Amino acid sequence: MTPALEARGLRREFGHVRALDGADFDVDPGEVVALIGDNGAGKSTLVKALSGSLAVDSGELYSDGQRVAIDTPAAARSLGIETVYQDLALAPHLDPVQNMYLGREVMRSGLLGHLGFMDHVEMKENTRRAFADLGATVRDFAAPVGSMSGGQRQQIAVARAAAWASRVIFLDEPTAALGVVQTRNVLDLIRRVRDRGIAVVLISHSMPHVIEVADRIQVLRLGRRVATYDAKKTSMEELVGAMTGAISQGAT
Amino acid sequence: MSTATGQQQAAAPADEEQPKTPLQRLLGAQAFQILGVLLILIVLFSIAETDAFLSVNNFRNVVVNVSILAILGVGMTFIIITGGIDLSVGSVLVFSGVVAAKVMDALGGEGVGVSVVGALAACASGTLWGLFNGVLVARAKVPPLIVTLGTLGMALGGAQIITGGIDLRGAPTVLTDTIGFGRLFGQIPYLAIIALVVVALGAVILHRTRFGRYTYAVGSNDEAARRVGVKVDRHLILVYTLAGFCAGLAGILNLAFYASTTIAGQSNTALNVIAGVVIGGTSLFGGIGTVAGTVIGLFIPAVLQNGFVIMGVQPFWQQVVVGAFLIAAVYVDQVRRAAATRGASSRRSLSSRFSRPSGARRKESQ
Repeated sequence: MTPALEARGLRREFGHVRALDGADFDVDPGEVVALIGDNGAGKSTLVKALSGSLAVDSGELYSDGQRVAIDTPAAARSLGIETVYQDLALAPHLDPVQNMYLGREVMRSGLLGHLGFMDHVEMKENTRRAFADLGATVRDFAAPVGSMSGGQRQQIAVARAAAWASRVIFLDEPTAALGVVQTRNVLDLIRRVRDRGIAVVLISHSMPHVIEVADRIQVLRLGRRVATYDAKKTSMEELVGAMTGAISQGAT
Repeated sequence: MSTATGQQQAAAPADEEQPKTPLQRLLGAQAFQILGVLLILIVLFSIAETDAFLSVNNFRNVVVNVSILAILGVGMTFIIITGGIDLSVGSVLVFSGVVAAKVMDALGGEGVGVSVVGALAACASGTLWGLFNGVLVARAKVPPLIVTLGTLGMALGGAQIITGGIDLRGAPTVLTDTIGFGRLFGQIPYLAIIALVVVALGAVILHRTRFGRYTYAVGSNDEAARRVGVKVDRHLILVYTLAGFCAGLAGILNLAFYASTTIAGQSNTALNVIAGVVIGGTSLFGGIGTVAGTVIGLFIPAVLQNGFVIMGVQPFWQQVVVGAFLIAAVYVDQVRRAAATRGASSRRSLSSRFSRPSGARRKESQ
């Protein structure tokens, strides 16, 4: 299968620090790949490079087998790549519909649209449908998202990414600071997004969640991919060993 | 502790099942509660001084007093929703009035054409000051408080340099007789009609258009707006420019009404407008606010002053009471914001803060 997104030999230095040292990465359509590694292993840098927030010094990117340049967030978006940031990046005073369409408002047709008037009905209906499809437990579409629970906000952020992503979604620590029930909802949401054929890349420190929801697990260490595991055949000990360098897989 | 959190999580889905109805939302809005306060004030003054207070003439006076402030308030509401502030509006008003007076004086005559050119000059002057503010805030990243404190001095000083510090009284009579004192059908002051149009336009732009949506988004979380592709800097510049335009328009109206550039009379204008905006429920921290709230918030000081004068209370009391209103309004805003950030499981109405059983208080403090 052609990977939805593939990176080969990404390098990036910050002064004397090699954040990415020839890192490879790939994710197939309809697959959840977890990206794990100790602090400073280069996870955040890799995700930023793949989502257009950071330029790399060298390396190649392929989307569906085609060589692409992802040098701006807009370029990533036009390739169908969306990112859910750790700090959510929702506007807390806006409601779910407004957040869903922020920056992508549906305008009225004709003169009113040119004057800046929005099609509220269309946006609200589409948001309802998108949330229902994903089974998101958001009921109040007119309340500010800042008044909602952390789990609901995370669901809104994921649903927004899922609505706009056609190829890849990056999720940076989506279950950090969530309760048990809320974490369950977000993990279910991730599976449903994957079942639509979208590639999901999950960055997480939580090994149990990673093993539970991921199909493959790629381990980063010192700025390069040191191991790839099938999530069903690996164990927490093996993953931690790979992260710390105690185990080396060799075949990557 | 662990049981308490467990209960909260279990209770959360139950809350989620019941969205607030539009009526509940309306009743919960600060602008609506302030409207209630305003109506109570009106009723109290009406009972106390039925003949003097409750007359068409008196209401007309109050409305005219609020009109110019309301036009400034529209621009200020946009700015405060972005999380900014504009201290310069009073000075920009004066400067624009001076520019208009000079332009009309140079053109000479009392014609309608001269007045129109004067009005355009005032609006252009205000717009340029707003643009200047906006560029400094958005591009140079100087805090809005400092930028507009600077332009407050610059615009006022500039007006004094142009005039030598002496008020110009050169407004054409066609301007003072129509916009200044004229009334539509002999009843409705033109000043109030212009203010109403500006307020209505401002409300439509803020609440119905994408421009308004971005204004809230920038004030709510500018980084989130930037990430989804909103041009945050450009938007801030436009918002400050809009406020400058409002100040310029207010400048020509002020000149028409007072037939003077009132150089020394606008030192508190910006603060009065900010007070009205904040009393009307717009949050100084950004992301929250309505134009309707601002108008209501501006009426409260005006009604108080008017009522106190009629009742023979020393008008100085108005400042004391408005100050108290201002603090109360910001307190209410703080309570709301705190409640919002605690999340849905502890979303409570404001009234429950004053009547919460001690058990609940203990539980929350854990």
